[in-house]
Amino acid sequence: MNLILFIFIVLLGFTSYYFGRRKAYTIQSTNKRLTALPQFYGYYLAIWCAIPAFIIFSLWAIFEPTIVKLLILSDYSNQGYLDDELNLIYEKTKALSRRQFTGEITPFIEASAEKYLSLRSIAQSSKAVIVLSIIIASVAYAYKKISSNSRTREPVEKFLKAVLFTASLAAILTTVGIVFSLIFQTIDFFKVIPLFDFVFGTHWYPAKAFVRDSSEALDPTMYSDTFGAVPIFAGTFFIAFIAMCVAIPIGLMSGIYLAEYASVKVRQYAKPLIEILAGIPTVVYGFFAALTVGPFLKEIGNSMGLDVSAESALAAGGVMGIMIIPFISSLSDDVITSVPQSLRDGSYAMGATKSETIKKVIFPAALPGIVGSILLGVSRAIGETMIVVMASGLAANLTLNPLESTSTITAQIVVILIGDQAFGDPKTQAAFALGMSLFLVTLCLNIVALRVVKKYREKYE
Amino acid sequence: MNKNKEQLLNKRYKAEKRFRLYGQSAIFMALLFLTIFIFKIFSTGYSAFQKTWLIVPVTFDAELMMLEQNPSKEDLKDADYYDIALKSMADLDPNANEDQENELKRMVSYFFEREIKRELLNDPSLIGKTKDVYLTASDDLDQVFKGNYPRDLPEDQRRVTDYQLKIFDQLVELGKVESKFNLSFFTYPDSREAELAGIASSFMGSIFSILVCLMIAFPVAVLAAIYLEEFAPKNRFTDFIEVNINNLAAVPSIVFGLLGLGILLAVFQLPRSTPLVGGITLSLMTLPTIIIACRASLKAVPPSIREAALAMGASKMQTTMHHTVPLSMPGTLSGTIIGLAQALGETAPLILIGMVAFVNTIPGSPLDPAASLPVQIYIWAESAERGFVEKVSACIMVLLGFLIIMNLFAQIIRHKFEKKWS
Repeated sequence: MNLILFIFIVLLGFTSYYFGRRKAYTIQSTNKRLTALPQFYGYYLAIWCAIPAFIIFSLWAIFEPTIVKLLILSDYSNQGYLDDELNLIYEKTKALSRRQFTGEITPFIEASAEKYLSLRSIAQSSKAVIVLSIIIASVAYAYKKISSNSRTREPVEKFLKAVLFTASLAAILTTVGIVFSLIFQTIDFFKVIPLFDFVFGTHWYPAKAFVRDSSEALDPTMYSDTFGAVPIFAGTFFIAFIAMCVAIPIGLMSGIYLAEYASVKVRQYAKPLIEILAGIPTVVYGFFAALTVGPFLKEIGNSMGLDVSAESALAAGGVMGIMIIPFISSLSDDVITSVPQSLRDGSYAMGATKSETIKKVIFPAALPGIVGSILLGVSRAIGETMIVVMASGLAANLTLNPLESTSTITAQIVVILIGDQAFGDPKTQAAFALGMSLFLVTLCLNIVALRVVKKYREKYE
Repeated sequence: MNKNKEQLLNKRYKAEKRFRLYGQSAIFMALLFLTIFIFKIFSTGYSAFQKTWLIVPVTFDAELMMLEQNPSKEDLKDADYYDIALKSMADLDPNANEDQENELKRMVSYFFEREIKRELLNDPSLIGKTKDVYLTASDDLDQVFKGNYPRDLPEDQRRVTDYQLKIFDQLVELGKVESKFNLSFFTYPDSREAELAGIASSFMGSIFSILVCLMIAFPVAVLAAIYLEEFAPKNRFTDFIEVNINNLAAVPSIVFGLLGLGILLAVFQLPRSTPLVGGITLSLMTLPTIIIACRASLKAVPPSIREAALAMGASKMQTTMHHTVPLSMPGTLSGTIIGLAQALGETAPLILIGMVAFVNTIPGSPLDPAASLPVQIYIWAESAERGFVEKVSACIMVLLGFLIIMNLFAQIIRHKFEKKWS
């Protein structure tokens, strides 16, 4: 029913475009000067036809269920039902009206189901009537405007501009959505677990906080010493540190080499090849780390008499480092290339060798940009999920030994939220609290990094 | 004194050489990683494109199949194939006792009944006759035949028994074991049995998610980019939008997964595990990438084009829609494809919205539960069975193949259609 109405509105919109344009031609044929190109007459009519109808249509779709529910449940008011019970009654009514109800049918519910069906059919037909009359009214209004040859281009363009503006709000909406999705669960979490315990506690065993029954009273003492996030934060930064130990030297040196030494030909092939590393999905790196690097490191360690876990932080961090190489190399390449040639020439003129020029002149000049690229790399390492989930351990150990397994924020979020979740369970909320801290940390890193890079660019342009 | 100078110079030249060497070895290391990586994936994955079949003589005994005289097509469909399937496996070794017959049965996949049925449905005249039928070998024998399974382990540590190996070797000697292209890898949905697992369901899941993502992200991103680049006044609010876009581009993907879980599933009550929700989540991630690409290519259109159109009396909107935007399309499209390629490889947000559920049907619409290719890689990588290792690598090869094609396509669009303004 909704779909038919929808298609109908779209079709009417198209037809009114042709009517509007034809009207413009008839006006033209009476030797009157048009105020805009004929298609604007068509657009004008089409917009007036479709947009008010769509607005009513979607508002109706949003509010219809709530209003129907209120009407149905008004029969049960003053009978002392709780909200939950009322919801249950409503669900039963709906199920019965769809003939999917299997429980015991009481006359009350049967009456409600009948009322529900009649309300729905009234709603459907009145919706169609209202939408159609809106279309008729607005098209009549617009057609009169067109006939009197008043301006059509300006309103159409104003409308388009409004559409463009709305689209540009999507970015803000997404950010708001992220904050909203995180903040409520996080606040609920900190109602049960004190913030202090979360930030400074050193034991993380979320499995202990498994709630068997959602109606079970939440007992805060039950969760003491389960949600201490220190091992997680430590593990996250530790793995990111290992990753950067791999990525910074290799990425930076290859960036410098590509920018300063490499011949055109080498650059032409080596740069895209290195950038392939950035295009490989992280789950593939994760598989590689878990299947190849982890066992390989374990074997090497065993042959040297070391006890290496197959899910060591070293394997996850190392592979993550490989993934980050291209980010650092291409960003620092860009930054170094944009250092003005005059600085190089000045240094060469003083008799400095190429490497001395790079180390003493270019590197300091490019330093802010390089720092920015490293910060972006760190933010990526902290937010990286799949490599850690697949190659690092899932138990949160507080350790600084790269050969042992540790866990990270992202890995814990996945571990907690994989499978079915119950909202309202502190374990689920903990994942959102972790997500919130991840979001805040990466947000700060990104803002600082982007600032640094931007500021530096302005300096030389 | 002179000698000292020379020494110093030599030292400096050596330092120069060393520095150069560092650079070269850094590039070499990066490329080495890439090579090892690709080599490893290919060397473990290529064998998954072959599948091992056992050729077993099957007697289509009407009595065992509970068939009457002159059965109709419907009768054939409803007939009982289990007994003749079992019997034909047991007949491989006439002296087998009951346990051994059980082991014989486990040499083929549990689809063997269906494979025999298909054979008869293709040729109903086979009733009462005996024919060699291709049966999918069990995963473990498949691995044995491909040489991936250590045969010299003690028996209690392997999943194939000595007896199965003995019969299998006899079959190999008789030429009754064959390796053919593994079509079912592409046409079957996921399965708990490695020999029957395919990528069809996750492939369709990926396609649906990417389509949803494209349909949402592309229009919104292009419209937003047009507004920001062509119409937006320079003020605080526009700056705020820009900061938002740049930040969103660097927010970890898992946070988008939390958004999908907390808003799309919990508040809007959209169906879990579906490509619809996956696609919406991915579209939010792709949005900033496309906006940035589209803005860059709008910026690259020289002002002279706009000025010419305005001078001819076009309005600002007409100038933008008729001249600037069409000229910027190649850059926008290639940026979009690159953004979609990123979305195609994304795993973590899809796991959070439940696309890891085991799905053994092929989804027909974005509203059916599905996995996606990267999630399939994750699921298989987490399973313990040996046969899944090569499947994971093969799935990675398919995924990488798609990513390469998409990126090439983006390059071609950029080089072929983009105008160079000089």
